[in-house]
Amino acid sequence: MPFDPRISAIRFGYGLAPSAAPPASAGAMLARLTGPDRMAQAMPIARFGDMLPRVAEFRALNRQRKAMGRDSPAQEAIKALRREMRGDRQNALVTNLYRAARAEDALRERLVRFWADHFTALGKNPILRALEFGYVEEAIRPNITGTFAGLLKAAVTHPMMLHYLDQARAVGPNAPEAKGTRGLNENLAREVLELHTLGVGAPYGQNDVRELAELFTGMTVNSEQVFNFYPRLAEPGAEEVLGQRYGGANPRLADIHDALDDLARHPATARHIASKLAVHFVADDPDAGLVDHIAAAYTQTGGDLMACYGALLDHPAAWAAEAQKARQPFDFVAASLRALDAPMPEGDKAPLRLFSRPMAEMGQPIEGPIGPDGWPEEAQYWITPQGMAARIQWAARAPSALMPDLPDPRAFAEAALGGMVPDDLRFAAAGAESRPVGVALVLASPAFQRR
Amino acid sequence: MPFSRRDILTMGCSAAAAPFLTPVTLAAAPWDQRLVVIILRGAMDGLDVVRPLGDPHFAAARRSLNNGVQGHDLDGFFALHPDLGGLMPLWRAGQLGFVQAVSTPYRDKRSHFDGQDLLEAGTGFEGGTSTIRDGWLNRMLQTLPGITAETAYAVGSGGMLLTSGAAPVASWAPDADLDLSPQARDLMKQVARGDPLFSGAVEGAIGIVESLEAEAGAAGGQRGQKPHVAIARFAAGRLRAESRIATFSINGWDTHNRQAAGMRQPLQALSDSLLTLRDELGPVWDRTAVVAMTEFGRTLRENGTGGTDHGTGGAMVLAGGAIRGGRVYGDWPGLDELDLYKGRDLMPTADVRAYAAMAMRGLFGLPRDVLERVVFPGVELAGVPEIIL
Repeated sequence: MPFDPRISAIRFGYGLAPSAAPPASAGAMLARLTGPDRMAQAMPIARFGDMLPRVAEFRALNRQRKAMGRDSPAQEAIKALRREMRGDRQNALVTNLYRAARAEDALRERLVRFWADHFTALGKNPILRALEFGYVEEAIRPNITGTFAGLLKAAVTHPMMLHYLDQARAVGPNAPEAKGTRGLNENLAREVLELHTLGVGAPYGQNDVRELAELFTGMTVNSEQVFNFYPRLAEPGAEEVLGQRYGGANPRLADIHDALDDLARHPATARHIASKLAVHFVADDPDAGLVDHIAAAYTQTGGDLMACYGALLDHPAAWAAEAQKARQPFDFVAASLRALDAPMPEGDKAPLRLFSRPMAEMGQPIEGPIGPDGWPEEAQYWITPQGMAARIQWAARAPSALMPDLPDPRAFAEAALGGMVPDDLRFAAAGAESRPVGVALVLASPAFQRR
Repeated sequence: MPFSRRDILTMGCSAAAAPFLTPVTLAAAPWDQRLVVIILRGAMDGLDVVRPLGDPHFAAARRSLNNGVQGHDLDGFFALHPDLGGLMPLWRAGQLGFVQAVSTPYRDKRSHFDGQDLLEAGTGFEGGTSTIRDGWLNRMLQTLPGITAETAYAVGSGGMLLTSGAAPVASWAPDADLDLSPQARDLMKQVARGDPLFSGAVEGAIGIVESLEAEAGAAGGQRGQKPHVAIARFAAGRLRAESRIATFSINGWDTHNRQAAGMRQPLQALSDSLLTLRDELGPVWDRTAVVAMTEFGRTLRENGTGGTDHGTGGAMVLAGGAIRGGRVYGDWPGLDELDLYKGRDLMPTADVRAYAAMAMRGLFGLPRDVLERVVFPGVELAGVPEIIL
């Protein structure tokens, strides 16, 4: 296996770090993944479930305000709580960046980002927006080393996803409690087939979308934001998805799980997931052999994710010398912090000023991608004049705002790139008018931004 | 699938990635008319925006969405969404129009992402036959002599397939900036020069910043305004100067749930964008056509959650002093069960690309065969009305 510690840190992690040795082997990378999640312990982010008392508090205050009108003391408390929730969100972004910057087990951080993007779920109101990071922490992060089916079920049946793709309010038109006012909504069913499992090129049709939407009814979220399968809102009778019948007279959550298990087992899903892994980690246009190799591991193991990661890491195409991907803004910022060994910023405004606003200018705002398909992968999407201006601007300002003593740009270039410094960059780092400019040139260089 | 977004971007971008490899020249484009293309992402519900109140089947299909509010009467048959009242003066002045029951050739799978790729590629949907790897706006530019890097502008963060391809296209976001000394800028160019993608972006960023600096802050850097207004202002600023074409996106049209509330924000953005363009373009507005198009329409009938699901036929928005406005174009197919596409969606009766083509024909005098073969391969312009004055 053509393992290379430098490439392993850059392509499968967040780059080289002065404080942490790169992985010694692919086996060591996989072994860390199956070990304890040290970063989650050291730098915690509240899980969705942990945040529900706050949701209850928010709702209680809203009720008070409704009862007492605008002059109610609850009005101020609501404002304060909203401010706090916005601040928590900014802090969770910073925590994620520094987990990535400091993790020994950087592949885990990359995989969490990858799967959180694959199962993008965003909040459509202030309360749910505050819970987005908690969704990733609860539904995605603990499930990235099990089976794809397990991860799929955790994400698709999570309250965050049910809200985001409008399943939470859908009911079976003929359900006992349908009452004729509400009915089906195809959104989640369509995206499960198109984005989460089979992929858009797979042989499914509008009828499969419809039947799966009927099968999904009954999955509800109560006002405390807790998942609840409520059979009296589910469409009665069997539904046929891809020729397979699910359920019967008495709707059960197990029927939905069966359908998701079957979708996870489908050969189109194996190829779709294999291709997404290869595209995300290796190349926008990956080697066909690499995709086949991961898909074969997926199929042979029934979608065991560790086997897929192992297949990704033991294929020669994954270790090609040329760095073909451009780092997305999150990766770019995290890799910069990692290379600089930057301390965490202080002050309430720092997360917005140093991270979330500049990242929005780079094209990746904290509000998340436009739709459930997540962020684009193509380098051409990110490396535009305006995106590049934002990266250069951040590279020129943020490091000196974060740390009083910047490294010598020449030594920094060598360390950040593991000795593979292009001549043009070596020349520029030496010729820069100041340390901040020299460091900015290293960070903004293609050699650093490609992986 | 005939192609993927990635195929198009990777294969079409090699030249577009480096639009500033040659110095920016300020030669005027070969014409004086302006075109603005707005991509409405998320599938705008054309039946809600341009409501066919005169169709006997409409009211029953949209019980909660119409909710007693009829909207602003347009022509006795169609009415404009109540939230777009701010645009009625444009309608009365003949500077606002619509096309109903249009779509791209995309059918049946109803994926936003494929639908948008096809809308921006401008190609047909015959599996396996498409060899086109760039956006239709870029292909149009490729057919014209005298194009410079300033002729066409993609505004906003992130790249757009619509403008990808061999012809040079500038792109910028109004809030972007670059405060590096001239020496540092030169070093940055040098650092990037080994990588064409990065080099193009760096040269582009520095070129644009320098031309904006030369205009002494006439555009850009205006904090505190709504992002879509900033984008429309920036686009208008470019169009008043050397640019002749600008494009940007308005998102937020995917209203599966409680559509009555969900439409407010994107409609506001659309209305603000059109009015900002008119105000900021001043006399140039009279020579401007705006076409706003979406990947597909939405279901005729409301779904079970007060919204609508992905459909087929939709509506196109036309604006500007150069259009023949004040009318709703298109052949209305009717909303009877048998008239619907697959019993659920508005039947498309015309190709949305044909109307975009007629805008370019009217504005720029592009020959019909170029539009039918190169810009929108396979599109038929016979019988499509003239929409430009």
